[in-house]
Amino acid sequence: MNTYHISLTVNDQKVEADVEPRMLLVHFLRESLSLTGTHIGCDTTSCGACTVHLNGKPVKSCTVLAVQANGGAVRTVEGLAQNGQLHPIQEGFHEKHGLQCGFCTPGMMMTAISLLEHNPDPTEDEIRWGISGNLCRCTGYTNIVKAIQYAAKKMHAQQDVPQTQAEMG
Amino acid sequence: MADKSNSERVQGIGHSRKRVEDARFLQGRGNYIDDLKLPGMLYLGIVRSPYAHARIKSIQTGPAMAVPGVLAVITGETLKQFNVHNMPTLMSDTQMVLPVDTVKYQYQEVAGVLATDRYTAADGVAAVDIEYEPLPAVVDPKMALEPGSPKVRDDKPDNHIWHWEWGDEEKTNQAFDEAGVTVAEDIYIPRIHVASIETCGCVAKWDPIDKHLTLWMTTQAPHAIRTVVALVTAHLGLSEERIRVISPDIGGGFGGKVPVYPGYVIAVAASIVTGKPVKWIETRTENIAADSFARDYHIHAEVAADKDGTLTAMRINTIADHGYTDAAANPSKFPAGLFHIATGAYNFKNAFVEVDGVYTNKPPGGIAYRCSFRVTEAVHTIERMADILAHTLGMDPAEFRMKNFVQPEQFPYKSALGWEYDSGNYAAALRKAMDMIGYEDLRKEQAEKRLRGELMGIGISSFVEIVGAGPSKHFDILGLKMFDSCEIRVHPTGKAIARFGTKSQGQAHETTYAQIIAEELGIPADHIKVEEGDTDTAPYGLGTYASRSTPTAGAAAAIASRKIRDKARKIAAHLLEASEDDLVWEQGKFYVKGSPDHAKTIQEIAFAAYTNHPQGMEAGLEAVDYYDPPNLTYPFGSYICVVDIDRGTGAVKIRRFVAVDDCGVRINPMVVEGQIHGGLAMGFAPSLLEEIVYDENGNLLNPNFMDYLLPTAVETPRWEVGETVTPSPHHPFGAKGVGESATVGAPAAIANAVVDAMWHLGVHNIDIPITPPKVWKILKDHGAALEE
Repeated sequence: MNTYHISLTVNDQKVEADVEPRMLLVHFLRESLSLTGTHIGCDTTSCGACTVHLNGKPVKSCTVLAVQANGGAVRTVEGLAQNGQLHPIQEGFHEKHGLQCGFCTPGMMMTAISLLEHNPDPTEDEIRWGISGNLCRCTGYTNIVKAIQYAAKKMHAQQDVPQTQAEMG
Repeated sequence: MADKSNSERVQGIGHSRKRVEDARFLQGRGNYIDDLKLPGMLYLGIVRSPYAHARIKSIQTGPAMAVPGVLAVITGETLKQFNVHNMPTLMSDTQMVLPVDTVKYQYQEVAGVLATDRYTAADGVAAVDIEYEPLPAVVDPKMALEPGSPKVRDDKPDNHIWHWEWGDEEKTNQAFDEAGVTVAEDIYIPRIHVASIETCGCVAKWDPIDKHLTLWMTTQAPHAIRTVVALVTAHLGLSEERIRVISPDIGGGFGGKVPVYPGYVIAVAASIVTGKPVKWIETRTENIAADSFARDYHIHAEVAADKDGTLTAMRINTIADHGYTDAAANPSKFPAGLFHIATGAYNFKNAFVEVDGVYTNKPPGGIAYRCSFRVTEAVHTIERMADILAHTLGMDPAEFRMKNFVQPEQFPYKSALGWEYDSGNYAAALRKAMDMIGYEDLRKEQAEKRLRGELMGIGISSFVEIVGAGPSKHFDILGLKMFDSCEIRVHPTGKAIARFGTKSQGQAHETTYAQIIAEELGIPADHIKVEEGDTDTAPYGLGTYASRSTPTAGAAAAIASRKIRDKARKIAAHLLEASEDDLVWEQGKFYVKGSPDHAKTIQEIAFAAYTNHPQGMEAGLEAVDYYDPPNLTYPFGSYICVVDIDRGTGAVKIRRFVAVDDCGVRINPMVVEGQIHGGLAMGFAPSLLEEIVYDENGNLLNPNFMDYLLPTAVETPRWEVGETVTPSPHHPFGAKGVGESATVGAPAAIANAVVDAMWHLGVHNIDIPITPPKVWKILKDHGAALEE
């Protein structure tokens, strides 16, 4: 089988590899890069467990070929915490008991982050529609919604801090 | 006097302690089965049957072997050489690992392909060339019982597997003859699938030098698996001390990860044959199409009462579709599980239940879909029948329930079918749910809406579960008694490790078990490490399903802690130079009666256990307990659902859903509430969305998430939850178990609400899933559909 050379960044690290053209991005992340936080839950782009960010947009990495990510920037769950500090969405899921078995959680968080980037102050309905491409079998979604609301507030607060400081300065 | 700051520090029972599992899951550091990669590991792909019933005429492996990277193709004939082509089921039937002549359901395993990576394995699977001769299939269990039906099994006289009955038939029939009113209904509870978001899989690693098998496996019951593997492979030289089963992080179980599936066995065989580690991971389609289904009960139920609405008798007969072999996951003495909890919350004097198991050309199974053995089937039946009888008599369904509930003073209550309910206050839970939802006002609103032709329904489900299997007298799986275990070791610095025979699949055992021990010993939960899932290190236990972890292993944690406390008392007496009888325990320390400052903390005692233990006493501070519960536990609750039905589309909108649960003492209220939320979603799902559907030839029509509909956040209702607390009198700290209550109780509340909205039209029953086309057709048949 022919291979193609790809070059991309994954969680801000430069990555180069030779991959089969049919290799899915999710398998490239999980098996070639050992980033196993991104999961696979179905064969039909239905469950969202494999959601990652490609060039800033959420994609289901089971339906993207690794070669399509060539030249792009990928962010996975492993890239959320910075300098040992959890991302607000991670904090929200912990504080609000937004996860049980944890299998859907990485994809759910990646989707939620994109939702909040586009809509920093979503209503409950907007959150529910926003995560409707991600399936969770454990939580009944109630606490996932709360976790995302928690993260929205926290992200607001983080954005407000420098502004306030600037005003004060 | 309770010391509040100490209690906060210790985080014992009753604290909503944040989960310790979260850190790894939130950062992508979970250890799920497909995350495991070993050097030289091969991948197993499985070739599956396109037919529901067919004779295998030939299997050409050559084309697959020609694919670069394919190393071997394993068929039934390969396995037959080692006599592992068949395996026993939990119900002592026979299941094929790989067939040697016929296949019995669509998607049945036919051959295994071993390759260097998963893509090549898939290429190999596609290249295996199999010629089949299709045979007539039977998919309807009632047709399977007719003379002349296609026969599913060549080794059996017909398609009837067993008849099981319970209760006093004669007295029950007499009560029906004398009844003031009787009602009867056919209720079908369809085949569904747990569809945990992680599918099943394993990595088998056979070490040919040490003759040692390590099996990482998505299993809810690792110890039982080890013993079963040892028993069925003894003739191949495997021996139980050389088998290590490791259940890693599990991405949801719900019963689906209790059975042994052929893929696991093929992977083990493949590793033994090749001497290399072999990974097998199901696709979603394989998971839905071939793993154990749940339910599939065709129920005929009758209930009798006096004219004033006092229930007198219940009679049920049921046809249970088991697929091509009886591989139900039940305690061995209970072929229909605990279906005879069907008298529910009501004070029936007479009851009789019979079930007939039937073979069809469908996959085997009979696991529980997040419920104790067949309890949802029982609860759905009695709760539907209670509503039908109430409506028939013109009584309010709440009033009818209140009239017939087993009363608090009747506990321990012996049911007409022989169960001894431990504790309950059913009326209190229902009253609370009615208050939360504003029941009386809703009934007024419903009456007004009905005058305007609007369809609004209110449904109640006052369920009683039976969980925590179970007492060794009656409960075993293949002879293994259904105790469970906890082993605690307290380290010299007063920290501890605790290991269990159960296995969390998301229930937060690492968090909550530590709280039990913290409560009992006063060691802060943050300093108690919990481990499960490794048969080399954990004490033997039967695993996590049927809401049994808290009733069995949770109880073992409390008893093992108390054993440690007994020894700690002796050490404290030695250190304090006091008599043991003069010591008083207060969470985390012993002090001398009347002299609270004269005390030794559990940390000081632990240190002494290793550095200054009394002469004549063993060093160390540890204990193990194998807890054999004296009885099952009986969680209960009342759920109320309000629906509005669109007469133009048949769509059912759940406007409100109130759930009041009583699971006894709650270890971690946050976790309990999370379990209830999730359970409610898995009660809602089969009520409105999920059903495994076959055509008349046995073709599965929806083996994927595009067609088998799991609820998303959009459809899932907003849950409102409440609680009452009625401790279990026989459990060491009064807990009952909660993981499955809501899945058991919710469907009846939803179905009752939908029927309640339409009873005045002459509608008495609707089978789940309640889909818009189904409702619309009923409305049309009763002249109530809006048509433009």
